[in-house]
Amino acid sequence: MEVKKPKIKSMKYEDFKDNGYIEDLVNQLNASGVNVVVGKADQLLNWSRSNSLWPFCFGTSCCAIEFMCLGAARYDMARFGAEVARNSPRQADYIMCQGTITYRMAPVLKRLYEQMAEPKYVIACGACTVSGGPFKNSYCVVKGVDEIIPVDVYLPGCPPRPEAMFYALMQLQRKIKVSRFLGGANRKEKLHYKPEDDK
Amino acid sequence: MADLKEQIGKLCAAATFDAEGEFLLVEVPDAQWHALAVALKSELHFDQLIALVGVDWGETLGVIYYMTNTATGDIIHVKVVAADRQQPRLHSVSDVWAVANYQEREAYDFFGIVFVGHPDMRRFFLRNDWVGHPLRKDYDASPEKNPIRLDDEVREDYTCSWVEDENGQVVKRVGKVFADDEYVINVGPQHPSTHGVMRYRVSLDGEIVRKVDVVSGYIHRGIEKMCESLTWPQTLLYTERMDYMAAHINRHCLCLCIEKALGLEVPRRAELIRLMMDELMRLSSHLLSYGCLTMDQGATTAFFYGFRDRELIYDIFDRTCGARMSMSYSTIGGVVADVHPDFVADVRHACDVIEKNMKEYHQLFTGNVIARNRMIGVGMLSKEQAIDYCITGPSGRASGVHCDVRKTHPYSLYDEFDFDEVVRTEGDSMARYMVRMDEMLQSIKILRQACDKLEQEGLQGEFCAKVPKMIKLPAGHWYQQVEASRGAFGVYIESDGDPKPFQKPYRMHFQSPCFNLIGVVDLTCRDNMIADLITITASIDFVIPDIDR
Amino acid sequence: MFDLSSVTSWLDEWLNGVMPSWLATTTECVLVAVFLLLAYSVLAMIYIMYERWVCGWIQCRRGPLRVGPAGSLQIFADVFKILTKEIITLWSTDKFLFFLAPFLVVTASVLTFACLPWGKGFQIIDFNIGVFFIIAVSSIGVLGILLAGWSSNSKYTLIGAMRSGAQMISYELSVGISILTVVCLAGTMSITGLVEAQSDCWFLFKGHLPAVIAFIIYIIAANAENNRGPFDLPEAEHELTAGYHTEYSGIHYGLFYLAEYLNLFVVSGIASLLFLGGWMPLHIPGLDGFNAVMDFIPGTLWFLGKAFFMTFIFMWIRWSFPRVRIDQMLALEWRYLMPIGLVNLVVMAIVVTQNWYFGAN
Repeated sequence: MEVKKPKIKSMKYEDFKDNGYIEDLVNQLNASGVNVVVGKADQLLNWSRSNSLWPFCFGTSCCAIEFMCLGAARYDMARFGAEVARNSPRQADYIMCQGTITYRMAPVLKRLYEQMAEPKYVIACGACTVSGGPFKNSYCVVKGVDEIIPVDVYLPGCPPRPEAMFYALMQLQRKIKVSRFLGGANRKEKLHYKPEDDK
Repeated sequence: MADLKEQIGKLCAAATFDAEGEFLLVEVPDAQWHALAVALKSELHFDQLIALVGVDWGETLGVIYYMTNTATGDIIHVKVVAADRQQPRLHSVSDVWAVANYQEREAYDFFGIVFVGHPDMRRFFLRNDWVGHPLRKDYDASPEKNPIRLDDEVREDYTCSWVEDENGQVVKRVGKVFADDEYVINVGPQHPSTHGVMRYRVSLDGEIVRKVDVVSGYIHRGIEKMCESLTWPQTLLYTERMDYMAAHINRHCLCLCIEKALGLEVPRRAELIRLMMDELMRLSSHLLSYGCLTMDQGATTAFFYGFRDRELIYDIFDRTCGARMSMSYSTIGGVVADVHPDFVADVRHACDVIEKNMKEYHQLFTGNVIARNRMIGVGMLSKEQAIDYCITGPSGRASGVHCDVRKTHPYSLYDEFDFDEVVRTEGDSMARYMVRMDEMLQSIKILRQACDKLEQEGLQGEFCAKVPKMIKLPAGHWYQQVEASRGAFGVYIESDGDPKPFQKPYRMHFQSPCFNLIGVVDLTCRDNMIADLITITASIDFVIPDIDR
Repeated sequence: MFDLSSVTSWLDEWLNGVMPSWLATTTECVLVAVFLLLAYSVLAMIYIMYERWVCGWIQCRRGPLRVGPAGSLQIFADVFKILTKEIITLWSTDKFLFFLAPFLVVTASVLTFACLPWGKGFQIIDFNIGVFFIIAVSSIGVLGILLAGWSSNSKYTLIGAMRSGAQMISYELSVGISILTVVCLAGTMSITGLVEAQSDCWFLFKGHLPAVIAFIIYIIAANAENNRGPFDLPEAEHELTAGYHTEYSGIHYGLFYLAEYLNLFVVSGIASLLFLGGWMPLHIPGLDGFNAVMDFIPGTLWFLGKAFFMTFIFMWIRWSFPRVRIDQMLALEWRYLMPIGLVNLVVMAIVVTQNWYFGAN
């Protein structure tokens, strides 16, 4: 059972700018091989997960306003089924990290990420979260959220336009569509916290 | 000015004066400062402390206080220097002007200046286990000293204060923010209604809020420190990322301040374009605040209506400045590029649409019985309190303070325009909301007049003055205020007159309106319900990056 | 009008013919349960999409449209995703109660759902105190919500649960009283009886003023019962992040979500049953031709149509009203709705005894 190149509605495969990365991923997954039943189930799962991305409302600064525009009437995130913005990290699928993360916020972000239920994804939205952006030289700004949490999609811009946010969302969908949950290697994380550790 | 000098000289014999700059500078030793502050407020009616700027002058540390008389509009500033650099101590004036409470905490955080007599001397922006005070010139910024800490802060409940005992000795007292048996819930830093990453620790009695402890700094990015390592034109970029809903206005303010220091004449047409951008920004900001206020109260549809119309304004920015947000449009001497040929037509169209839709907003939300019940009489802020806490902008005007900088200290071309200062006297959430709604109409009025004026000036034309390639300011300090969307935004710049090619600011301080607004959260929310906390903070309407900078 | 009970009784006879009666009863129970749960989940999914489209329409948006034709497969994506999402187990909570809570909420709504009359003879249980049973089982839901809030061991969920307890128990009264007003008019508690009594004219019109007042009270109280805006205090997204179900993830949260929408259908269904004639077609006394045409539309469609119409009203209210505060919410119930409801009940009793209603003999 082969993993195919991901298809995204109304956007050509060639129009994405990082196809090499996706193709690598496809090749890697195809190399291990998996039977048809598991493969089909995987496809169904990937389809459902990529089309039902509920964001976690996490905005620290300017990008959050653009994110609100993304949800509002003109851009309408609901078209992608992504309007069910959850305020509880337990119920969200991806965290679109909008805005600068400072040293004081870093433990909070990490905890929020850990509180989310698997499968969970991260979009680093805006220059600040990608690299620290204009605040790179500051004494208390984290130089990219990937220092704290794993990032799936990097989205530059200060702040990125809503169209760019859609592009990031589609990229995330593509990435989910070429992952393998049942037959292949899942991302597994150990529980970080155990009550025994406190003692 | 000479008059004031005489009067202050009578109040405090030790004061020295410098009337060279734009405002009268009074310098007093720390020992006499508190007594002078009391006298300034009670006898000369300098009832509002508009800015408190800590500065590190190398050998000494000190604070410059800007204060105003709200009745006459006079501004003076007082410089107080801490004697000992290793253990800097000044007397607190938080009992004279309530706004000084948080301002002094900021100065303590940045410079390590301990304010004797301040009730709650915790850090304001940085973690309580932070090493050093970042805005001191001798701060060690090596990442080993302050790595990214991923553990929780400890001893959050403890506070301390330094007080003078009967022998005149300063002693440290440790206290607790909340009593042990209080039911404290944590609102934020990740909460849908804190409008960003603000954190309140709320002591509850059932549903009733008994005390709110504001914990700020979750988006403190150290803008003031970073400005000290950039050239003057480069610093402009940060102004847009503080209050991003007043990006143009903040940038305009810093431009005005630098132009004032340079003595630069800005072309009238450029100033007109800036003014129009300011008003568009204000419209956009008030629409956002309408949307957020309604959404925080659960009327989700109203939020979408507000955002629908904001897109019109974004389109105008997009066409002229090339970006929807963070436009980087004003620059020293004017604006970076001429407006789009359709600019005036677009603005007129947006004005018409928004004016028409305002009726819809009122129908949908303002008249709603639930909305009225939730806002009328909730979160009262009296005129005296508003002045004491230096609440400006729509929130201040809702309490009856005439604090519109466009009227009190007209800048740009505002004195040529016919518009009203919207003032209400109720001081509740409803008044704050209504002031914003009415101000939108005033902004539309200004924009229409500005469209006419811009047509007279020509749709294309001069948009920037001749500016030297290297911007070098003479030694000195300047303060400029503008009316941002949420209140009076002030910029303090100090230059050491460095003759080297890339001159950098010696000190740059942004006096953001939201910083003061956050000071009244505890005052207004006490003895209201949790739901009211959300309504009140939404009606006060602050932008968190503007507080934290 | 087509009576579905003939089909079901034929099936019952046939089953009893081919197998022993205990097995026949078990088979019937299983069949009914399967049908019920299927209908339940399908309807909940339809409702979720309905809400998303209606709210998109109200808010000048398009709503879901990319997944499948016109976004119709969106809900399936959501369901598969939520089914396979990790269920987070919290430390230091009462795990049994924590897991029990969502099932209690769903059980309550399935039980109420089971009583709804879908058409003539097309309902699962029909007994003489049907309406009473609905009120009784629907109040199990509050237990689930209280448990969810309490067992999560979090302050936000606890506040949400306490609000929910106060709210649902208060508004239960108004719902009860408005239902009682209708029962008073109908003279029966049996659901079939209630629908049959509206064959000539719906209660909303038959009972004129007191019925209209009861209807309005019912709409307000049912909205509150359902924790929907403007009474969504237990969830109060902007105050309590997600209220009582803040700590639930995966399918447990999905169950709350499902139950919320199904409860919406249930209250709309009960409204249509009590006030809009259930599966009865619209009959206007005197216009026989019109009545005959209306009879051609199947009863199930009538019922669903009315329920969807009622739901639309609920959605309209939800998306345009701001949320009330807890004290205002309680004041509304105890100071206004309940006294008005009680007086209205007396008025209805007078109307019925004096035969002042339309279609009185």
